[in-house]
Amino acid sequence: MTALRQTWQVYLRGVRVFIRQPAYLGMTLIQPVIWLLLFGALFKAVTQIPGFHGSSYIDFLTPGVVVMLAVFSAGWVGMGFIDDIHSGVMDRILASPVWRGALNAGTVAYGAAMVVVQTVLIVLLALVLGAHYRGGVIGVLLMILVAALLGAAFASLSNGVAVLARQRETLIGAVTLVQLPLTFLSAALMQQSLAPGWIQSAAKFNPVNWAVVAARGAAMQKTDWGLVAGRVGLLAALTLVCMVFATRAFAKYQRSL
Amino acid sequence: MTPAIEAEDLRKTYPPAVTALDGVSVAVEAGTIFGLLGPNGVGKSTTVRVLSTMTRPDSGRAQVGGIDVLADPVGVRRTIGVVGQKHGADPEATGRENLVLQGEFYGLTGRELKQRVAQSLERFGLTEAAGRQVRTYSGGMQRRLEIAMGLLHRPQVLFLDEPTTGLDPEARVQMWREIERLAAEEQMTILLTTHYLEEADRLASMLAIIDRGKVVARGTPNELKSELHGDAIQVELADPGDSRASAALRGVTGLGEVKLDGRVIRARAQNGGAAIPAVLAALDAQGVTAMAVTLARPSLDDVYLRHAGRAFHQTDDTQEEAA
Repeated sequence: MTALRQTWQVYLRGVRVFIRQPAYLGMTLIQPVIWLLLFGALFKAVTQIPGFHGSSYIDFLTPGVVVMLAVFSAGWVGMGFIDDIHSGVMDRILASPVWRGALNAGTVAYGAAMVVVQTVLIVLLALVLGAHYRGGVIGVLLMILVAALLGAAFASLSNGVAVLARQRETLIGAVTLVQLPLTFLSAALMQQSLAPGWIQSAAKFNPVNWAVVAARGAAMQKTDWGLVAGRVGLLAALTLVCMVFATRAFAKYQRSL
Repeated sequence: MTPAIEAEDLRKTYPPAVTALDGVSVAVEAGTIFGLLGPNGVGKSTTVRVLSTMTRPDSGRAQVGGIDVLADPVGVRRTIGVVGQKHGADPEATGRENLVLQGEFYGLTGRELKQRVAQSLERFGLTEAAGRQVRTYSGGMQRRLEIAMGLLHRPQVLFLDEPTTGLDPEARVQMWREIERLAAEEQMTILLTTHYLEEADRLASMLAIIDRGKVVARGTPNELKSELHGDAIQVELADPGDSRASAALRGVTGLGEVKLDGRVIRARAQNGGAAIPAVLAALDAQGVTAMAVTLARPSLDDVYLRHAGRAFHQTDDTQEEAA
């Protein structure tokens, strides 16, 4: 009970910071629009490649942009704790008996909530652009869940790295190091059967690809329940592992003081 | 009676080889203000960090409010309030939001939390500013908010790590009054670290002087000062390190504890005023030129000088905080 309350309070703290910075709020909301329009225009001709299934690139692209954006926005969640460490706020928090898991879970919930807002925007915009959600409302909700889970995993990793490294530069380096390779080693922008064999092999172990496959399978096609359930299970397990890692990172940080 | 804070032989070394604590022992009686005094980087903050469960010692044991800091850190955290050296309040949140979040971290909820937040805002004169973001607060207001946050859950023991560093003189005096009130009206045990001798002298009923990770002296401020027997005479010399000066002063009867420290030579005398002509005559006889002579009643600065073997202000700027 206390753990839940504390998680909620940490979540609220993140939301308040977000709402008080209009520029940040605006960028977060505009980003999905730019991505969908930009990638949509750039990769439109991909449907002409022999072997590409389907004729609508927007159908193909929407889950890809949803997943990419989840990775890109959740990756920065840990920045808040780096600021806290340097300002002295972290010391004050860690001197209290607050459950350390709430510090991670609250910010992860905030990161996941941002991902959900951005995903809903993409879903609506893609609809305007002519996307077909063959999975129906349930399928779309599943895609949002997938994005939130992936966002939660990356937000936890971000928190863990932030608290262990304590430097903005290190976190920026770590995030940029993994973001693009993980995206390109997935079916986010390109059909897997058209990618080189080694990418197809690597994609099997790539959480971003699990999310792309699950999101596409849930929302854009007639939902393949077995496929989606398997990937969602993997993502949920990954999220849990990342959350344990981040929670432990706080204890490790404290021991190192 | 068990002391509210008790530490025995705390040792801690930071890699590669910075010894922050080299066997620190302190005992603080419940309901008193205890001052931990020393320049930066001698182990004061590390001692507080160990006692407030922010870090673990390499060896030694400590209990706060009867709870062992190593065996039950969470129990200790519930019992204590900590106001650190750095700013602990979230600058982006308002004063009220900071207090509410802090209360939730200590398990306070609902009506009780609301009441306590309102009371502490009132008490620390922050009611009007409660809805403003903390980054718009003055230094004194921030410090008051941080103390309000440290007290919200009504701790038995409060740790104040350099509570007035960075405050202007007016805010400092205000803070001193607040700290005195806490100890007097609420029977709170307060462990205060400071590098201001004046602050320790005014607030603390017991003091420990810490130097290079060790407690080098302890007692009430008066005990420590009266140990010094007599007035301090300080002569500023024209040439630094003139050893003839030491020889000259050692020959003066009634003068003790002659110490040469650069171009300043210090000594003690039961009646300092009466000793000054003899001091000047002795220096003159040796051909040493005196530039200025000052006479002072014993101060904590002298206590520090005597125990740590160097003047307080000299160490202040040259040593980095180890923790």
